Amino acid sequence: MLAKRIIPCLDVRNGKVVKGVNFEGVKDVGNPVQLAVEYNRQGADEIVFYDITASYEGRGVMLDVVRNTARQVFVPLCVGGGIASVDDFRETLRAGADKVSVNSQAVKNPKLISDAAEIFGSQCVVVGIDAKRNQKGSYSVFINGGRVDMNLDLGDWVKEVSERRAGEICLNSIDTDGVRGGFDIEMLNFVCERVNIPVIASGGCGAIEHFSEVFEKTNSSAALAASLFHFGELTVGEVKAHLKEHNIPAR
Amino acid sequence: MIAIIDYGAGNLFSVKNALDFLGYENKITSSADDLRTADRLILPGVGAFPDAMRMLHASGLVDVIKEQTQKKPLLGICLGMQMLFEKGYEFSETDGLGFIKGSVKLMTPEALPIPHIGWNSLEFNEPCPLLKNCKNGDHVYFVHSYAADCPKENVAAYCDYGMKVPALVFSGNVYGAQFHPEKSGETGLNILRSFHSL
Repeated sequence: MLAKRIIPCLDVRNGKVVKGVNFEGVKDVGNPVQLAVEYNRQGADEIVFYDITASYEGRGVMLDVVRNTARQVFVPLCVGGGIASVDDFRETLRAGADKVSVNSQAVKNPKLISDAAEIFGSQCVVVGIDAKRNQKGSYSVFINGGRVDMNLDLGDWVKEVSERRAGEICLNSIDTDGVRGGFDIEMLNFVCERVNIPVIASGGCGAIEHFSEVFEKTNSSAALAASLFHFGELTVGEVKAHLKEHNIPAR
Repeated sequence: MIAIIDYGAGNLFSVKNALDFLGYENKITSSADDLRTADRLILPGVGAFPDAMRMLHASGLVDVIKEQTQKKPLLGICLGMQMLFEKGYEFSETDGLGFIKGSVKLMTPEALPIPHIGWNSLEFNEPCPLLKNCKNGDHVYFVHSYAADCPKENVAAYCDYGMKVPALVFSGNVYGAQFHPEKSGETGLNILRSFHSL
């Protein structure tokens, strides 16, 4: 039986872990390699590094973080942030990442999704999506860390992402991100109903109950959280134990 | 020495890291001589079947792999496992290495997402030396959309994903893991330990 995954996400700027609250007011919380080793020890099912520098220099630092982590941590690593080409995919996978996450560049150039899927396989192509409720009663896709509205309907976008053979969608709700009131159940259901690829829930987790809630109320395959874990409020092990108490399959 | 076969595709670094961590001498290589002097071979793979087979043929290593698996163990991982079969049907029909009877097809589990991504539990089938340090029900990490369709006697363990998915297969010296032992925590490291002691 497939276990629901718990994924700590490390937002990394110039080799340091940061966490934005609603994408504003970033502050340092630690060394990414050390945090990854600790999460692995706690039983993390996967670790995501998100490079928010996304500059040429930042990428080199990020790839070093991936290389160092991959020597000590034997669970899947996913890397995102600033991925713009098939060559970026190749370089990141070669550094030891198992998956590469694309967001803004996939919206600007959707062919990147299908090109990467064809060369590297769908399974390593994760499409990150930042979305927000709009006045039409639906959801709009944003890029550049949630700053730019692309006037793109979330339903249309997830359909295209899936048709271009992305392996997974990591759905971040701008409405709930940083608020800590729980994952965006409505938005996750909206996406899970429209695609048949795994959906990772992101944005809004603030308490242990939010993990069981997202798996009980949606078909999400995984739940991602950052600050809850960074600041030591919860361990991954505690979340796993909580899921098992709720009869949710966990490793 | 374990030769990790480098044909231009795949997550070689992860496999090497796990072997280094275990203290096993290993080498990422595209040299036929290294494959001849190695005492065991690993065929990794992350990617798409047609592209990977094309690159493997372009590397000129297919014949030496076929010759060396007569003498020493080979472990194919993920796409490397799928390439051990006769044919693959990812995007187009492509000939595989043909070490194990069967083919690789798109998975069709009812009402479940594809790819099959995540930690799934092993269900033991045929006794296999690679599982000697594992328990029935141990979780290992899968990332794939295609699965082998092969005779039951070649399957050491299945996993359940709306269908029975061959997770670990074997035939003679040739072993294949659909999951990633190098990404499967302690269970995966145990499988690599068993491979090293074959």
